Amino acid sequence: MAMSRALQLSREDLLRAYRQMRTIREFEERVHAEFATGEIPGFVHLYAGEEASAVGVCMHLTDKDAIASTHRGHGHCIAKGCDVQGMMAEIYGRKSGLCAGKGGSMHIADVSKGMLGANGIVGGGAPLACGAALAAKTLKTGGVAVAFGGDGASNQGTTAESMNLATVWKLPVIFVLEDNGYAESTASGWSVGGDAIKRAEGFGIPGVRVDGHDFFAVHDAAGEAIERTRSGGGPSFLHLKLNRYYGHFEGDGQAYRRDGEVARLRAEIDTLDRFRRRVTEAKLLGEDDLAGVDREVLALIDDSVRTAKSAAAPKSADLLTDVYLSY
Amino acid sequence: MSKKSFRQAINEALAQEMERDPRVVIMGEDIAGGLGAPGEDDAWGGVLGVTKGLMGKFGRERVLDTPITESGFIGAAAGAALRGLRPVAELMFVDFMGVCFDQIFNQAAKFRYMFGGKATTPLVIRTMFGAGFRAASQHSQCLYPIFTHIPGLKVVIPSSPYEAKGLLIQAIRDDDPVVFFEHKVMYDVEEEVPDEPYAIPFGEARFVREGEDVTIVAFGRMVTMASQAAEALAKEGVSCSVIDPRTTSPLDLPSILESVRETGRLVLVDEASPRCNLATDISAQVAEQAFDALKAPIRMVSPPHTPVPFAPALEDEFVPNAEKIAAAVRATMRAPSKQAAE
Ligand SMILES: Cc1ncc(C[n+]2csc(CCOP(=O)(O)OP(=O)(O)O)c2C)c(N)n1
Ligand SMILES: [Mg+2]
Repeated sequence: MAMSRALQLSREDLLRAYRQMRTIREFEERVHAEFATGEIPGFVHLYAGEEASAVGVCMHLTDKDAIASTHRGHGHCIAKGCDVQGMMAEIYGRKSGLCAGKGGSMHIADVSKGMLGANGIVGGGAPLACGAALAAKTLKTGGVAVAFGGDGASNQGTTAESMNLATVWKLPVIFVLEDNGYAESTASGWSVGGDAIKRAEGFGIPGVRVDGHDFFAVHDAAGEAIERTRSGGGPSFLHLKLNRYYGHFEGDGQAYRRDGEVARLRAEIDTLDRFRRRVTEAKLLGEDDLAGVDREVLALIDDSVRTAKSAAAPKSADLLTDVYLSY
Repeated sequence: MSKKSFRQAINEALAQEMERDPRVVIMGEDIAGGLGAPGEDDAWGGVLGVTKGLMGKFGRERVLDTPITESGFIGAAAGAALRGLRPVAELMFVDFMGVCFDQIFNQAAKFRYMFGGKATTPLVIRTMFGAGFRAASQHSQCLYPIFTHIPGLKVVIPSSPYEAKGLLIQAIRDDDPVVFFEHKVMYDVEEEVPDEPYAIPFGEARFVREGEDVTIVAFGRMVTMASQAAEALAKEGVSCSVIDPRTTSPLDLPSILESVRETGRLVLVDEASPRCNLATDISAQVAEQAFDALKAPIRMVSPPHTPVPFAPALEDEFVPNAEKIAAAVRATMRAPSKQAAE
């Protein structure tokens, strides 16, 4: 196993990484269960299985950095510091939600944290990330922007246009391709022509392919890419190979998958299991440290669901607010 | 004749037209599904199963799954239509038309005119629209007024399974580009639908119900709401005509005018955003051509001028319903008639 820089992270950082990944996992497992009861409205796309991407990337970012997310946005939100209680309340459509119940799962955002929104439009995020990068560059904040996008989104014109724009404007933007093998029911092996890395290189953007189940590999690669981009090296590209544990959306029968596909992934290459093994074998964290985090996270998610369920729905008058600042 | 859902009616129209004419091909994201994946082929049959089974009947050559590239494949459908195919492209949610609008309104819509009448573009774009799914701001819009605004496009909004089958068959046989709007809340609505193919002509409104006091014009899912309102109002002694124009372009204005001349009162019901929608458009045309026939101000029932909210309570309040329509009808009945004012 190659020596990872991330293995030299401080105890606090390792705990933080684990806490965030655990929070995402627990959040998604719980939303999955609650959705089945019929209490959560709308379209919900779960991020479970992809935790190392959001956390491995966002650990290198602060509030002055921005990310543009996707329809599968809960993990990005948590990793970028969105309030978990506010997220859960949003998913339930409550007034106390991060978007006051007006957006729901597909539109969770917290611009103050540099989280520019989950996105209902596939490929909608990359141009926004370019804009955030342009703002950071023009205002000399030292910030960078990350565009998360799936294999499906990589085929949108907006993705190609954004990569070219990032190069010609020398924008501090990092494109993170989360290739989970499918866009809805369609395999990325079919839908993505050519090679993702070569596509990026075609625009003059250096790219690296990484095992997206390996937090340490993602953290290392993202660290290098972000450092390079932040210090004026121009846009960077990461191609993360990973898997989603649930259907495209809640309610997807997943007939396009092999029987037992997810069970095998969970048993063999689960991100959280691998993280636990690495840090305990290297004696960086103990089982009791991890168990402590697990308990903490479980309590947080329990509480967020309980609070969201009993929170108030928006009122009639709220329907008409927030369309314009003034009209 | 047998009971069929809105979904089945559309599927049957596609199958029968593909059977009849080998130039008809269908394309869209996951319209069969499972491409390149280890599990079942035709795993989805479209995001809500509308095209399920067509791949098995007609093969992958005529049932084309696409990558997520709306500009690319909608434009390709337009180009193919210019060159001998009769493509039916599925733009999953009409909200996504933002991605590919150029190919529709600058390309497909204008070929015939720009090329001096020397081109035909027999293209159908099927798309899902409307609120009620808790799908929030980017998956719930109506947007048909935007397409109606564009010369060269025909715009169809079926209001029932029977209508959906006949209008879709007409759309596929039509030589102009047609945008065909399917309300996502209606896919499981059932009614008797003939088994054999039939076409419903464009530009001919359907008189859903005939009455004497008030004319209600409604589109798509709102036709059901308007009929419910008319039913309730009949018990109060108010008799309403309900007109479903079926197509917003061409629009059967003569039928609307004829009815307004009989009733003298008009309520327009439109699920689209209230500015520059079909209600305002028809209102303007009626005011211009039948002002003298009106006994009361025209009433419009539309959502407020906001994006579609996510929270269920807000979405329910946002969408027009039978009560709101009935209230508008009662208001036009209360308005002083011209005779009374004189
Ligand atoms: C412009 C647009 N086209 C299509 C869709 C419907 N849709 C939502 S998610 C999705 C698949 C996206 O695949 P990918 O980018 O790989 O992300 P993943 O779901 O795998 O995370 C599709 C086709 C959409 N929301 N927006
Ligand atoms: Mg994907």
